[in-house]
Parts: sequence; C-alpha cells; structure tokens
Amino acid sequence: MKVVNIRIDGKPYEVHEGKSLLDTALSLGLYIPHFCYHPALGSVGACRLCAVKKFRDTNDTRGRIVMSCMEPVVDGLIVSINDPDAKAFRAAVIESLMTNHPHDCPVCDEGGECHLQDMTVMSGHNYRRFDFRKRTHNDQYLGPFISHEMNRCIQCYRCVRFYRDYAGGRDFNVFATHNNVFFGRHEDGTLENEFSGNLVEVCPTGVFTDKTFRGHYTRKWDLSNAPSVCVHCSVGCNIIAGERYDTLRRIMNRYNGAVNGYFICDRGRFGYEFVNGKDRILSPRTRDSRDVEQAEMPADQVFTALEPLFSKDRKIMGIGSPRASLESNYALLRLVGEENFFHGISVKEQSLTRAALQFMQNSGVVVPSLKQVEKADAVIILGEDLTNTAPMMALAVRQAARNIQITEALAKGIPFWNDLPVRELAQDRKSPVYIATPVKDSLDDVAERSFRGTPAGISKLGFNISSVIKRQAIVPGDNDDEIRNLAEQIARTLLNAENPLVIAGITCLDGNVLNAGMSIASSLLSLNKKVMFIPVLPESNSMGLALMPGKSLDDAADTLSVQGTDTLIILENDLFRRADEDTVANMFGKSGRVVVLDYLNNPTARAADILLPATAFAESQGTIVNNEGRAQRYYKVLAAGEGIKESWQWLNQVSGIRSDNVPVSPGHFDDIVASMVTALPVFSAIKEYIPDADFRMLNAKVPRQTFRYSGRTAMNAHRAVSEKRVRQDPDSPLAFSMEGRRESPPSSLVPFYWTPGWNSVQAFYNYIDHPNGSMKGGDPGIRLIGQAERVNSGSFEMIPGYFESEGDGWLIVPLYRVFGSEELSSAASSLRQLVDDPAILVNRRDAERLNVDDGDSVRLETSGKRLVVKVKIENSLVSGVAGLTVNLPGMNFVDLPARGEILKI
Amino acid sequence: MERPLTGHIKTGAPPLNFKEYIKAGGYNGTIKALKEMSPSEVTTQVKSSNLLGRGGAGFPTGVKWSLIPMNLERNYPKYLVCNADEMEPGTFKDRFLLEGNPHQLIAGMIIAAFAIQAQTAYIFLRWAYKKAERELRKAISEAYREGFLGKNILGTGFNLDIHVHTSAGRYICGEETALLNALEGKRGIPRTKPPFPATSGLFGKPTVVNNVETLSWISHIVEKGADWFKGLSLTGTGGTKLYGVSGRVKRPGLWELPLGVTMGEIINEHAGGMHDGYAFRGVLPGGASTDFLVEEHLDVMMDFSTVAAAGSRLGTGTMIVLDDRTCPVAFLQNVEKFYALESCGWCTPCREGLPWVEKMLSAIEDGKGKMEYLDILKFHTSYMGPGHTFCAHAPGAAEPLQSGLRFFHDDFKRHIEEKKCPWK
Repeated sequence: MKVVNIRIDGKPYEVHEGKSLLDTALSLGLYIPHFCYHPALGSVGACRLCAVKKFRDTNDTRGRIVMSCMEPVVDGLIVSINDPDAKAFRAAVIESLMTNHPHDCPVCDEGGECHLQDMTVMSGHNYRRFDFRKRTHNDQYLGPFISHEMNRCIQCYRCVRFYRDYAGGRDFNVFATHNNVFFGRHEDGTLENEFSGNLVEVCPTGVFTDKTFRGHYTRKWDLSNAPSVCVHCSVGCNIIAGERYDTLRRIMNRYNGAVNGYFICDRGRFGYEFVNGKDRILSPRTRDSRDVEQAEMPADQVFTALEPLFSKDRKIMGIGSPRASLESNYALLRLVGEENFFHGISVKEQSLTRAALQFMQNSGVVVPSLKQVEKADAVIILGEDLTNTAPMMALAVRQAARNIQITEALAKGIPFWNDLPVRELAQDRKSPVYIATPVKDSLDDVAERSFRGTPAGISKLGFNISSVIKRQAIVPGDNDDEIRNLAEQIARTLLNAENPLVIAGITCLDGNVLNAGMSIASSLLSLNKKVMFIPVLPESNSMGLALMPGKSLDDAADTLSVQGTDTLIILENDLFRRADEDTVANMFGKSGRVVVLDYLNNPTARAADILLPATAFAESQGTIVNNEGRAQRYYKVLAAGEGIKESWQWLNQVSGIRSDNVPVSPGHFDDIVASMVTALPVFSAIKEYIPDADFRMLNAKVPRQTFRYSGRTAMNAHRAVSEKRVRQDPDSPLAFSMEGRRESPPSSLVPFYWTPGWNSVQAFYNYIDHPNGSMKGGDPGIRLIGQAERVNSGSFEMIPGYFESEGDGWLIVPLYRVFGSEELSSAASSLRQLVDDPAILVNRRDAERLNVDDGDSVRLETSGKRLVVKVKIENSLVSGVAGLTVNLPGMNFVDLPARGEILKI
Repeated sequence: MERPLTGHIKTGAPPLNFKEYIKAGGYNGTIKALKEMSPSEVTTQVKSSNLLGRGGAGFPTGVKWSLIPMNLERNYPKYLVCNADEMEPGTFKDRFLLEGNPHQLIAGMIIAAFAIQAQTAYIFLRWAYKKAERELRKAISEAYREGFLGKNILGTGFNLDIHVHTSAGRYICGEETALLNALEGKRGIPRTKPPFPATSGLFGKPTVVNNVETLSWISHIVEKGADWFKGLSLTGTGGTKLYGVSGRVKRPGLWELPLGVTMGEIINEHAGGMHDGYAFRGVLPGGASTDFLVEEHLDVMMDFSTVAAAGSRLGTGTMIVLDDRTCPVAFLQNVEKFYALESCGWCTPCREGLPWVEKMLSAIEDGKGKMEYLDILKFHTSYMGPGHTFCAHAPGAAEPLQSGLRFFHDDFKRHIEEKKCPWK
C-alpha cells in the first residue's frame, strides 16, 4: 500500500493509503469514539459517533462533518478530531443513544467493561435533557449461554452483522423499524450458531451477556486473569481466563492476529465450567485391591504409597495424552524412559497424525495459520466437518469464501472495509469452497459444491482431483461420471487459484482421506504451485504429542499382554474413550498397580489403584502445540486445591523416587522445559521465544489483577482477619497481585486488556499494532514446523482394492458434535444442556428399508460391540452409510469407520 | 398551453388502451428511438433537453444515464427501475400518471432501458396504489402482446421485460437505494453512497432509478426534441410540471403547468385561493420534507433553482397549504410523527432524534412544553442535518421543522406560556 501524508489536528502523519480514517487513527493511537465499526466487520456508518471535521484544503476553515469510518485515507487529507463542532456532534450522538438507555449500570453485567460507558465518558455527554418515557422491549430466552436485555440496546447493528454476515447464523436478526428495532430471534429459543458467545464481546453494551458468568458474577476489575489457550480442540485459540474466590469465572477471547483474532467458538468460551464442576478429582484416592472402591488417601501417605511402585527395581510403563501439556508428557517420558512411553492414542490416530506431520515438515507445502486460511481463494475440505471438529477453522473458511467479493469490490473502486457496498456488489458470489464429507455440513451454505459420500468415495474424489492436476489418467476402475466431472471442476479451480488450500483431517479416521488430501497438495506442488495444507487433529495437543517419540496405545496393549508391568502410570487420559473396554481391562489386568493422574473423574480414573489429583488448564502452566505446529503457553489463574498438583509436578516427584532423590521436590517449570529441549531439540524454539519465569519488566512481574482489584484484604475475613500471604508463582513471570508494571507485557503474557479510558474489551486496540494486525511485538506462540526448503512432494497411493466393498452390512462412519464429542467441555454444566443423546443417522430411504422412523431405537452391532441408539433421519447421507455420533458423554468406544448391522428393536 | 403529460388523461374515464395510445401517436418516440437512434444518441438528446428528475431531487436525467457503463460485457445485466413508491405526504402526482396513462410510462421506460441497454426493468409501486397496479399490469400485457415488450422489440433485436413489484409500504423505500434493497428482498434501509446505483445498483449491477413523472417525459422528448422541451418552461429549465395543492383551498387538485409558474398563481388561480374564512399562513411547497414558505414567497417561481434560492425545495411540486385555523405546532407534530415512524432505524440522529422531536412537539401541543424545548428542537434541526445522517430522511424531516420554528416562533411561545394550544 502506498504511503501518503495526511494531517490530523494540525499534525502531519505518514500513513497507508486506502484504509478508513477511523482505522488509521486507531492505529496511530488517536482515539475516535465509535460503536458500529468493528475491525473484523468493517465500516457501515450507522452509529454516526466517529464524526470528525474534514477540510477541503488549508484555506478551508469551516470544514464539514464526516464519519471517519467511511472516509478513505487519501494523500492530503486534512481532518480534525478535536474540532468543537465534531466534538459537540459526537456528544449529541451519545445524548441520542442515552434517551432510551436504562440507568442500570450499577446492576448491569456489562458495567465496568462497557464500551458504551467508555464512549460516553470519551465523548463528554453527561447532562440529560430528555425527559420523556423510554422505549422498552421484552427480552428473549436465548439458551444456556447468552442473556438478553434489549432495553440496553443502542442499535449499533454489530450483533446482527457478526451473527449473520460474519458467522453465517440464520436464527437471529434485526426486526421492526424506527426506534423500535429489535435484535434477537423470531421466537424464544437457543441460539443455533456455534459462535453465539462472541455476541458478548461484540455487543458494545449489556444486551448480550455471558449467562454462565452471571451464575457467579464478578466485576471485570475484580477478576484475576491469566493468558491461556483453549484446550477444547486442535486449533489453539488464545483465551483469557478470569478467577475470583478460587473459581474460574469466565473465558474471554484473547487476541492473536495469527490464530483466532477477535473471536472464539462457544465450546471454547463456555466449556470452562468443567473446571468448577462436580466431576473434579479433589484428593488422592487409593484402593488395596481391585474388588473394592477407592478411598480417600491422606496427603502425607501419598509418597509412602507411591515409593514401592516406582522403586528402581520396578518395571514401569507410562501412557501420555494428547490433552496434556508438552511438559507433563515429557515428565512422564523422562520418568518411564522412551521405550516405555506410549502416546495413549490408537495406532490409527497416531499414524495418521504422524503422516500429516511428516507431510507438513517435509513436502514444501505452506502450513497456514488460521489468519492465512482466511486468505485462501480456493478451498477443498476432505472428510472434515469443521464446524464440529475445529469450529474456528470453519469460521476462517467462511471468511475465505468472501475473498472474491473483496477482489471484485476493489476492481470497482470500493474499499474492502466498506462493508455494505462490498456485499451489495458481490451479492451471493463466493470464492470456491468445495466440501467432501459424509453428511451435510454447516459450511455447505458457502460451498460451491458439496459432495456426499463414504470415506472411500471422498478419497476417490480426492485422488481423481490429484490425477487431473497432474494430467494423469483418471483413477483406474473409476467410471463414475459425477466424481470425474467434479474432480475436473475442482482441479481446474485449484490450478487457477493463487492461494489454494487443502484441508484434510484425520478425525474421520480414514487414511485414504488424508492421503487423498496430501496427494492433491503434492500434485499442485509438483507443478510449482504454492499450496497451503492444514490438517484437523483430534485434540488440543495432538500435534505436540506427535512431535514426541513414543508408541501407540495399541502397542501398549500388545506389550502388556506379552510381558505385563509392575506399574502402569496414565497421564490425563481416559483410555475407555480410546479403546475397547475389554482391551483396557486386559491392560489393567496385566499391570500390577495402575496409577492415574487426572482432574476429571472418568472411568479410567475410577479404575486406578492410586489416583492422583491433577490440575486442569486454569490451574496449570503448560505448552501445547496446535494443528499448525504453533507452540503456545497457558498460565495458571486459579489456585489448585490442597493436595492437587500439576501433572508434571507429580511426575517430577515420582522421578525423585525413581532416582532415590529424597526428599522429592515438584521442581521448577523452566527446568523441565530445559530438560525437554535438550532431550527433544524439535522443541528448542519454545525455550528461545516464550519468556521464562525470571522475565521481569523493570524488575517487576506482570500482575494478573487490575489496579482496581477490590476486597483483597476482606475476601477471606470471614475465615481469618489476618491477610494471607499473596500466592506465589515461581514458575511464571506473572504475579497473583495487583502490583507490578502497567506497561504492555510481551504479547504472550497479556492477562487482560485495559488502558486508561478503555475498560471494555475494545481496549485491545492498545495491544495490537493496527486493527486486524498483530499483537504489538508479534503474535503469541512460536511455530515449531517451518516450511521445508526443498519441495519433496512425494506420492500418495490408495490402499489397493480399497474401493471394493469390504464385508457386508452398513458402513458406520463417526460423526462429531461440537457440543458433546469433546471430553472436557462435555463436563461443563451449561454446555451439557446442548448435548444430544447418541444417535445413528440414516437417510429416509434406508430408514424405510429398516422399517424405522425418527426417534425409534435400534440395536447397532459393529466390531463386536452392541449398542442401542436412537435413529435420526438425515437425508444427506448416501445409501448404505450410517453416521454414529461419537464420543458423547457415557458412550462406549466404537472403532469406526467399520461395517456393522442395524437391527430394529 | 401544451399539456404533454396529461393531455391524454380524462378524469373519470379509463386510460387509453394500447391501440388508442398508438393512434394518438403516444409510442412515436419509442419507435423512433429503437429504429432510428443509437443508445448514446438517445442519452445525448435527453441530456441536452436538461430534463431534471421529477422525484424531488432534480438530478439531470441524461447525466444519470450517461454514468451507466456501456458496452462492457461484465456489466451485464443492467437494470432500469421506475420509482413509483410515491409516499411523500401530500403528493399524488405519480398516481395520476400511473392511473391515467400507463402506456406513457411504458413508452418512456422502453426508451430509457434502450438508452442504457438494460433488458430488465422494474416498476417499484406503492402498495396502496391498487388501481395503478391494475392499469399497469393491463398496459404491460398489451405492450407484450403488441411486440413492444419481450424479445426482439419491433424487430430491432432489443429485448426488454418489465416487472411490477408492489412494495410492502415504507416511506424510506422511496429512497432509491433503500428501494433497491427492498426490491432485492432485503430490509428497506438506504445504502452507502458512493458507490451510486450506476456503479452498483440492483443485484450489484449498473442501475438507473427514475421517477414516474421523469420517465413519462422520455418518449415526448425523443419525439419532439430537446428544444421543444426547453420551450415548455418559463425559466428555461425545461418542461412542464405536475403541480398539486392540498389544504384549505377552494379547489385542491393537480395541474400540469409550465415549469416556473409562480406559487401564488398555482394557489390563488388554479386552486382557487383559500376557502372563505381561512387565511393563508404558509406552505410546504414540494411535499412534507421541504421548508415552509410564507406570504412573501407567493411570487416565487416554482422551479428547482428559484425555490431553492427562496430557502426551500421544489421537491415533488405538490404543496400543502397551512391556514390560520390550523395549529402550526400540531401540523408539525403530525409531520414529524410520520417521519419518526418511517425512520428505518439505521442511523442514530434519525432513529433517536425524530422521536424526541415528536415527543417535544406533542408536549408543547398538549400544553406541557418547556421553553428549553425550543432550543432542543432548534438543535435537532442542525443535528439531523445533511451529512450528519446516513441518508436524506432526517434532513428532510428537519426542513419543515427549522423553518416552522422560525416562521411560527410566536405560536410555539404561546403554547408554552399559556400551557395549552390556542387553537383548541
């Protein structure tokens, strides 16, 4: 972009041409009040608050009022923000909005972090002249996540623009007209969109507030906060976790320009309740024999009990976890030794993850960040229902589909930020997105074409695309015109694109689908095309685990059945979600004693001989690696209960037993990181780029609390009047304190957004280099996977004979649910309300063939398992394919995809 | 005196059917344009006639057409939209033309569409104009039957379809970009400008939106020429104009008169002057969204620039007369209530300012007004002014208010001081 000279209030600035004046001013640190503009949503000129004076030239002394959000920056632009007319106009806009706004700040959830409060103070309106009655509205029930209080609405239209235009929601809109406009649903009911929680942050006032937060409400300034990373999928969105009185109060978005930007999904925002939940393991438990129930164990006896289990002469085996941090996994690996370390995921999942990783490391593909996904101009998605497995990636693809609109608008001289004209010009035209999945998909509405088929059909399509790209013969034996024509169309599109993107995940658990995706990418690479490839992985640290040595859970089962072990130690992993009940029972049977570290009381925890209470993410510090290979660290915000420790601390102490280092100490976090990067150099960037515990800003730690934090000396006065010592955090540069430097810390250590005058989330402007840019000093996290220097596209082949029908009966494929299929968030009470019962989905014709209807129960028999589930009619499935919703709470493990029988009962 | 627009309209009689209108030479201009002229020649002729848009804003029609990109494959399709959403209070001129001579409009629309090479045209019709809808649909089907609409019109290879779309009925849908949104099935809120409809209009394509009266002129201008058109007016602006008067005059009605006839002549001669027992106090010269003019302005010539110089706007040219037995505060309260309800709710000054204005006016009328309301009202006239709002709705609503506050200041004061409406 061209650099031009403009003057604002008499001062010259060199700025980039073509952005809006408001955007530019905010980048320069000049505050212009605004409501309807949001950097992710662009400018629409509705609220009229960002008025400034614009002058024709230096001789023009009168000027005229313009909206800075609608004013393109051009060379020679002369404006004034502080002009008296402009200021008076802005105050008048606030006065207007206040005519109907209730005076309920003291009891409003938004109070203290309200953009309307900030803008009112900034604009200078204070005296009320309006002396008539206010208009009022009825509020709606919007489900377990969002509270609705329409009287507070100032009609900025951000909610509807986010919900419909940005997130693709359909069940929310603006209704009625004049000063009676209403934002909500056509009738009471749960908001259907998976990103509804962002309304809480997008709304500049208290219309949409976090209902889960209301249940244990705390003012923003009274929260103690820590930078954290979402643990509910593989994308690794950055979050802010807030604490008061030792409970986790809420999750808010934490800006990361490369990953999640301003938004997170509802699973990430509302899944946190598991931390406070009744399923937590609060104390060590043990049992002498497997015939009896576990009983609580006094803390001082834990090591006495552990000592014989881990003495040097004992044979030990460890099972790690894709939802545990690198540090905890490494501590286990170090304890048991590489040959005895198992990943705790199936061999299928492990080999698929490693295959994807290997491809990302060596092929020469560009592994895109979420931000880069948004820039793709052609997308092919193979086998992943993104909305249910990696919701934020679905949101990114939705933005990518808009790229053609921006290109077309620019060609007509319409700036990309001028949101309404861009949409009006392009209407429904979309950049090409192709989706090949077994069942209909929330992203279908932006897809050029959606293809429905079996995993085999999807991979056949993928390999055909790859063949067309390389101008090779169509896959032999294929005579399906639909697939052939579609493959040609997709191949042409990808070849014509400048930024093609292939998304092929592993959650459909079919190697051919992943291979097909990698095959498309490598075909494009072989033609010297730039191509992006990103996989979806099952869990928050699946990638981190894949970067570590270790064998699979299947290997562990085999090893155990052959040689057994004295002690089996399991890290934060419910094996019953990952393998057959019998297999796991056999593993336990072959283990002398089973030690489990976890925080949720799952079936594996209940089967332990010794159960050690571990901390959940909000009480822990750790590093996890997301699906693009970005290592990110979360910090603790919550005090762990008495006797509860971080897993790596437990494991460090157990290591002490093993090496006769008595007394055993939990150790220091940075030491385990140092040890890890020495042992596993793939992680060395972590040590280099993420600040360690002795990082200080002007000799002080970064405070987790605001300087308005109240009640510090009174909070525990009902228990004891003496003030307790401030909790220490030797492992991080953050302090459990309101004292410390107020300067912006390094981006990965920002615990909350606040600057003078900006109490709302919009304070993020002061932490980013420009709207939609990076965090100042660079976005948090460090990529462990770089682009390979040399293209080594490799070749991918189908498993021979794969397309021939294997066995009889139905093909059962796994279907994931955004609410329910993820282990931790399913234990969150509000989110749990949205979890459906397990169901088997078949199309209408197949249901008729089975003589069953929607809601009928059937018996499903597959891979030696029998389960009773309800039928759901889903006509997008191809005939002969049934989709089983998987990983739902209480469901047994089923090894899918597989052939099976469905029987009417 | 020539009355090209209304010459074929007989009050009480049905409009001329296709055959009658052809016989009267009504489609001569259309035949000439399609058979003898190029699109650019048509546009040039309309441009040189200086026809100013009759919807109220007075933008030169030929200039509007010339902004449409021509001969660019990627701009297809293009659209012509006839704005027949006549909802300005006191205005009924388009209704007269629609009900009285629909073929005149169709003849003009064919030429306009030909000039911009649009193959699809819409008539966006006010929902309440049921008779107009019937007559339009009848006339359109006749034109199809006679080969004046549809494929290969008059054998020239030019194709045009005209669709009638009856609006759901909001004042704001008369604003041309809100109209386009409504026509697309979206909320009737105005669009950001620029880009103007010539760049990105209906369905994002180049579009011309013209008023009924404007389009009704086109075939006449093409047939008889720009000079003839210019000669019709008294001020050189061009053409005649439909002028209307409502209020307590002897003969409220609508007349086609040379553009530039004085306001006094319209009110006192054509409308017969005030009813006995009523005195003239003021007039909104071009619909409710124009500034008041008073006694001293009666000799103002009713054309675009002269009315503007007098401090108001010609607008639609259909005036509402305020008499001395009607309370000006109640009059304004009624006007502002309309605008407050018809605000689309998009931008703040309009959505929140107008209801406040209306509430203050109601309070004053009810004897509950406060002196400071006059300052707050005055403040709103500039707060809701041009450039401050998203579209022209609130600035339009501010026009009668600002001039009303000035001309009827004493009446406002009396209401507040006497704590009642002196007219009640």
